[in-house]
Amino acid sequence: MAEAHAAYDSKVEGNVIFTRVDAAINWMRKNSLWPMPMGLACCAIELMATGASRFDIARFGAEVMRFSPRQSDVMIVAGTVTYKMALAVKRIWDQMPEPKWCIAMGACASSGGMYRSYSVLQGIDQLLPVDVYISGCPPRPEALIEGLLKLQRKVDGEKSLGDQKRVLIESFS
Amino acid sequence: MPLPDSIATLEGKFSILKKAEFRGETTLIVRREDIAEICRVCKESLGFDYLVDISSVDNFGDEPRFELVYELSSIATNEHLRLKLSVSEDEPSVATVSGIWPTANWHEREIYDMMGIGFTGHPDLRRILMWEGYPYFPLRKDFPLGGKPSEVPEVAFTKAAPLEGGPFVTRPSTSTVKDREPRARRMEE
Repeated sequence: MAEAHAAYDSKVEGNVIFTRVDAAINWMRKNSLWPMPMGLACCAIELMATGASRFDIARFGAEVMRFSPRQSDVMIVAGTVTYKMALAVKRIWDQMPEPKWCIAMGACASSGGMYRSYSVLQGIDQLLPVDVYISGCPPRPEALIEGLLKLQRKVDGEKSLGDQKRVLIESFS
Repeated sequence: MPLPDSIATLEGKFSILKKAEFRGETTLIVRREDIAEICRVCKESLGFDYLVDISSVDNFGDEPRFELVYELSSIATNEHLRLKLSVSEDEPSVATVSGIWPTANWHEREIYDMMGIGFTGHPDLRRILMWEGYPYFPLRKDFPLGGKPSEVPEVAFTKAAPLEGGPFVTRPSTSTVKDREPRARRMEE
């Protein structure tokens, strides 16, 4: 989708821009991705660092860590998901309203990491649809920010209104 | 350090199966039936007011199969005493010492959870790490490292983990650190 998001016509008086509804919705969504911080292990420390002033995830509109799933847009699974915790993570994911996205932060959340073990889920993608995987053990804050930017690009390419209509029509049938 | 007085007291009251001294550490092997009474004497008469740990060993293939190790310590005199006892697989049950040292409560729950040894008289013998209904004892030697599939509906499920390939695979050899260190490798490599 290489189309321009907005156009400005100097012949029209006042502060008027033209855009598509999809582009406007995506622009709003991608710049206010509120994270659900699912901090389960040491990746959560890097997640906190990313939220704090040095790396300042607020520059990308994702500083509002919501500890209520009902107010969040993106679940950042930061850490080792044990089987004991797995269904709780799934339940919190289910409580998040659509549209929602998921970032698997670090080796453990992506694949089980070094825990080839009876007690650790081998990747959160066995339970939730993951949009962005971030490598690292733990990943540096820059890597998380890069993952967030990747997710923003993905959100930007979605057909937000069309998909919403499709889901709505499917719900009637 | 040698503990002549304590050992003499215990030998006078109980049958001690074996004594061992190694690098200044004293170990007594005792009978399974006596453990609660021995611990009571150790705490109340001999001053071992601190139970450092209880651990369990699975000597798979031997009989008796399990071994329990009690690490006792005295805060006042800095003395250390180790008690060991054997538990057979046919009757995996030992009297609790949680009434003597409250800390034993969780130690015994962990042994029950991981090794499947019960403790009679324990006030709250539930699993402590795994969930209620998990059907295996993961620290037993006949339990595979990658685990086994199981499911408790609405609570948790498990699957067997792959043990080859992945993001942290080491290559044991005599080559350089660069070749041995953990790296992401595929199974066939």
